[in-house]
Amino acid sequence: MGSIAYIARRLVYGVILLIGVLVLNFFLIHAAPGDPAETIAGAMGGATAEMMADIRAAYGLDKPLLTQLAIYLGRVAHGDFGMSYYFDQPVISLIAARVGPTVLLVLAAQVIAITLGVAMGVLAARKPQGLMSGFVAVVSTIGYAAPVFWTGILLIILFASIIPIFPVSGMTGARFSSGSAAYVVEVLYHLALPAFTLAIIFLAQYSRLSRASMIDVLGADYVRTARAKGLGEGKVVFKHALRNAVLPIITVAGIQFGNLISGALLVESVFNWPGMGRLAFDSVLRRDYPTLLGILFFAALMVVVANLLTDLSYRIADPRIRTGGR
Amino acid sequence: MSLVQPAAAPEAISPLREAWIVYRRNRPAMFGTLLLAVIVAFVLYGTFLYAGDPYEIVWAPQTPPGTEASVPFGTDYLGRDMLRGLLKGGGPTLSVGAAAAIITLLIGVSLGGIAGYFGGWLDDLLMRVTEFFQVLPALLFAMVVITLFSPSPITTAIAIGVVLWPQTARLTRAEFLKIRELEYVTAARSIGARNGRIMWRVILPNALPPLIVSATLTVGVAVLFQAGLSFLGLDDPNTMSWGLMIGTNRQYVLDAWWPVTLPGVAIFLTVFAVSLVGDGLNDAFNPKLRER
Repeated sequence: MGSIAYIARRLVYGVILLIGVLVLNFFLIHAAPGDPAETIAGAMGGATAEMMADIRAAYGLDKPLLTQLAIYLGRVAHGDFGMSYYFDQPVISLIAARVGPTVLLVLAAQVIAITLGVAMGVLAARKPQGLMSGFVAVVSTIGYAAPVFWTGILLIILFASIIPIFPVSGMTGARFSSGSAAYVVEVLYHLALPAFTLAIIFLAQYSRLSRASMIDVLGADYVRTARAKGLGEGKVVFKHALRNAVLPIITVAGIQFGNLISGALLVESVFNWPGMGRLAFDSVLRRDYPTLLGILFFAALMVVVANLLTDLSYRIADPRIRTGGR
Repeated sequence: MSLVQPAAAPEAISPLREAWIVYRRNRPAMFGTLLLAVIVAFVLYGTFLYAGDPYEIVWAPQTPPGTEASVPFGTDYLGRDMLRGLLKGGGPTLSVGAAAAIITLLIGVSLGGIAGYFGGWLDDLLMRVTEFFQVLPALLFAMVVITLFSPSPITTAIAIGVVLWPQTARLTRAEFLKIRELEYVTAARSIGARNGRIMWRVILPNALPPLIVSATLTVGVAVLFQAGLSFLGLDDPNTMSWGLMIGTNRQYVLDAWWPVTLPGVAIFLTVFAVSLVGDGLNDAFNPKLRER
């Protein structure tokens, strides 16, 4: 299958998945106990009778269920995810303001986890019974068993009162004009702790995986050949072995995106990071369903895009897939 | 009834017994089992030995642990006894975690089993559904479910089960795909066993080892989910749990470290113990790994 046809097929499939999320959203609103109009307005109350009438008219709540679904999908197609009655803003603009920080956090955590994880895994693989292997085992355990919000709070204690070198809350300090170099530095400075906290969970997986995968690859014939022809150890490990060992890591990196977003929800809450997780948390407390369902859709969109990119990078990293195994 | 009696086999031991022998020699696994047993015992019986309302204010707020005999683990930001909270708070965390793992297993094994056994369009359809649920960020989806339906331990368990099943389904499907081609399945079919019987009485018992391992690890993940949800304040606020203790005390963490640290240690030890047991079971059931 040609690359373009393949990408097109994946794109169509992604769109179908996202429509599926919207249909699920729609039925969730209707499955919730109580009047859907009330659900949409937010169960915290405060919606006037006039507002309720508006909602009923806008969503066609007196029409048959399938018509309502069509109306809902049509509105979303125009970028209308409804109004947040709590924030008094269209959901889409609320989310638009929050997508950036979340994407930044998730990507930074992913990069840290993969880089550190692979480095640890490679070092450990060269001595399967060595000190580094033991360290990988310990980090794996902590990453798996420690709740991420708790690790975050412990890091806050550490960096707020014991060694105060990193800021522990928010995305910027005092007012900074966005766009300036100082602003970028400020954001990265604030990003350090949340991104590292989130990375710890996934660091475990990558280091374990790359250790196992490197041990496999280092035993392969082509590595022996590379050594036999007198290549330096660095060249053998990084050019011959690592390139082959990295494939399973790409697969897992793609699968982990959904989990990264889940983790980001908690990390954002701990570090006051102004992303979608904070927004989700606030809208849960206010029972602001349009916002919450909008976030669910955009989070799914992020996962679909990430999966698509994973597929593409897999094809770039492994020529065997690109040529269809020929 | 076989007509030919096999020659005396050299000391036949059942696979389960063999697994137990391997498991028993595995030190980390036995340590995990013991640790888990201790935690469960504390959660089940601790409240009898150290009774009291975990919401009751008993001493000065933020009394450090070990400084006052009547509150050995100190008090939280309101002056509530930490030890009472830790003992009482383990119940929901453990029971919701276990219940969620059971729900995960029920959904995952049924759907994965059907997909793997029947194959064809049914497999395609069920795998698409599985992929669909994997696109939804699990914690966020659980948050939505809990918010739409009123928060209670049952809602939380269902919400966690609903988001965690896809992995179990994939694993079950892979096992069923592999086993359905084996000769004893053909044999069962040839003597007229129906699909249902073959699936649940012939294939499932043989697919159990990896499923048991995965179920164990799912308990760990479910405990973390429950803790995360109650940390965010999405669980019932009237149900004391470890996550809730961390959530309510976290604002005051720079004044007092213990009200947040201690429940976190409890969660960590629980999940750690569960993962040691899971790894041990994996080694015990997987003869190929034993030599390593």
